[in-house]
Amino acid sequence: MTTSFRALIRKDLQMFFSDRRAMLMSFVAPIVIASFFGYIFGGQGSQTAVSRIPILIIDRDGSAVSRQIAAGLAAERTLAVKPSSLDAARTAVRNGKATIAILIPQGFGDGSERALFGAPGKPEIGTLYDPSHATELAMVQGMLAGAVMEAVGRQVAARVRLALPYSVRQEAITSGQDVAYNGYAHSFGGMGVQFILFMGIDAGLSILLQRQRGLWSRLRAAPLSRGALLGSRAVSAGLIAMLILLVLFGFARLVFGVRIEGSIAGFWGVCAAFSLMTATFGLLIAALGKTPEATRGLAIFATLVMVMLGGSWVPTFVFPQWLQRLTVAVPTRWAMDGLDAMTWRGLGFTASVTPIAVLLLFSAVFGIIAVMRFRWEADA
Amino acid sequence: MLEAEALRKNYGSVIAVDGVSLRANAGEIVGLLGPNGAGKTTTVSIIAGLTRADSGAVLINGKPLRGDTDPAKRSIGLVPQDIALYDELTALANLEFFGALYELSGRTLRGAIAEALELVELTSRAKDKVKTFSGGMKRRLNLAAALLHDPQILLLDEPTVGVDPQSRNAIFDNLETLKKRGKALVYTTHYMEEAERLCDRLIIIDHGKVIADDTLQGLFRRLPVTNLLAIELQQPQAGPWLDQLRTLNEVRSAEMFEGVLKVGMHGLSEGAPKILQWLTDHGRLYEHVASERADLEAVFLTLTGRSLRDS
Repeated sequence: MTTSFRALIRKDLQMFFSDRRAMLMSFVAPIVIASFFGYIFGGQGSQTAVSRIPILIIDRDGSAVSRQIAAGLAAERTLAVKPSSLDAARTAVRNGKATIAILIPQGFGDGSERALFGAPGKPEIGTLYDPSHATELAMVQGMLAGAVMEAVGRQVAARVRLALPYSVRQEAITSGQDVAYNGYAHSFGGMGVQFILFMGIDAGLSILLQRQRGLWSRLRAAPLSRGALLGSRAVSAGLIAMLILLVLFGFARLVFGVRIEGSIAGFWGVCAAFSLMTATFGLLIAALGKTPEATRGLAIFATLVMVMLGGSWVPTFVFPQWLQRLTVAVPTRWAMDGLDAMTWRGLGFTASVTPIAVLLLFSAVFGIIAVMRFRWEADA
Repeated sequence: MLEAEALRKNYGSVIAVDGVSLRANAGEIVGLLGPNGAGKTTTVSIIAGLTRADSGAVLINGKPLRGDTDPAKRSIGLVPQDIALYDELTALANLEFFGALYELSGRTLRGAIAEALELVELTSRAKDKVKTFSGGMKRRLNLAAALLHDPQILLLDEPTVGVDPQSRNAIFDNLETLKKRGKALVYTTHYMEEAERLCDRLIIIDHGKVIADDTLQGLFRRLPVTNLLAIELQQPQAGPWLDQLRTLNEVRSAEMFEGVLKVGMHGLSEGAPKILQWLTDHGRLYEHVASERADLEAVFLTLTGRSLRDS
């Protein structure tokens, strides 16, 4: 490596570390936001308090069955159940104080037992729900069905010795037995990806700024090859990206117990490939942008779209199928898949090969376009 | 030392540089004078290798400059029009970086930095961030950054823009020192006073073309008048007497301009007494007399028919 190439890289690093805003945006902001998202999306397994859905029960039956239904729902750790009158429940749902109200009509206990053996005239349970919480309605309906079956079944079983024909055992599939899912692993990966891409934008804009401030003229006047000028910027951006990932995952390890449960080599491979992709993304911005002012907004928008579709904010499995298929064309999706695989999923090196290969492919495409479209001449 | 031959550069339909040729020798300051947009910066950019000419050649010590990594680029130091420094870094860090671009390192680099800082009198501010510097100090550091690799040729593109008179004089002193050290300096400016003070030879560019290349004295010889007598008359009305005045042998031009009679001539010591006597004899009494020497503005006006400042 020549003196000039080293100097170009060192200067970029000096500029980065002398810019407090860049430091704040690259290290503090992702840690704060990732900590928040990690807490919201599951935290450290059982250590995190569960957000409960507020449910109101209007029990007009007052039978053993209806009391058991209410007790069954109250036993659910995801529900906060309170008794109510119909009018009060309607007002509470309208005001957003309760998500769902369940009305158990008079005679439900007797009617449900008869209906279980095919008698006509099934009793009806009414639900009042907040339409902005339709997802929770489906979940609560499932729990209600379970509670009703259990309550009615118990009544019947007491007389004819029936029992529920199954029980359910739940097991979260993580990196290993007794290893709890750690929501911080995904959130720190996601925020790392987002803020490293922001750093990539800054790296690209710095070239445009150099052009605007006449520094590009001075660089081009020196006997430097084009490869040295762009290559050094790519190397420095890649190094900074790696450093950001190191700091973020180091913090997540120390504070939230996030571990690289899978292949260490695979993890660093994904980090290195994503860092290179970020560096070439920055060069692409420098090549396609005219002025820093005009380019910044567009680059941030493109980055946010990539981050959103890549699953950095919320995992891609919540997307519709067609959108999930679309996201394979987004490099951040592969970075997230690779980081998830190597952290909380605990997969081996082979699971990192495809994400690494795809990220390197994106790097090559971005790099080639950047070199082809770059304006080498200084503005006269 | 430096030769540019028939440089030509178009930007679409706009001809920025149209057959510009120039040379600069060791120990010489060559001024490139012209209005904004005349093609000075593009010419300098081509010479420095920043912009590729459509045709023509740049020769350094007789050899053509080729490619981005041509070692001959080490013979050139560029002082860009903008203050091309990293504000967030110290003066020392800036100079270390720019020196390293020319593969300077270790003791050689430290020596070059010390010498450059001493020349521009910024040694005591070496460890301060550039953003704390005044405009004049930044300009001086901008110059120092181009000197580290000891280039034979220095291209200075309007290096005093926005600088206070004191810093400007300091930069002029620096440039004269460099000239004495045998450097060839190409100095672009649209300030006539700077060109007159500094340059041994002046190349006047307009619309991308060289319209004159001569010493200051040589350029003045092209003027119809070299001195201007400004006479404030007690009764500043024009009249037939003005035509009579123009018939005098010593008079090259005579105009009333904002109540002041301006008489152009070549020899001030012979012409002025005769003109003043003629005015007295013809009842044109005066209250104040001043003489003005013709300047590059007049040269540009004569060569192009337009004022340099208004171009």
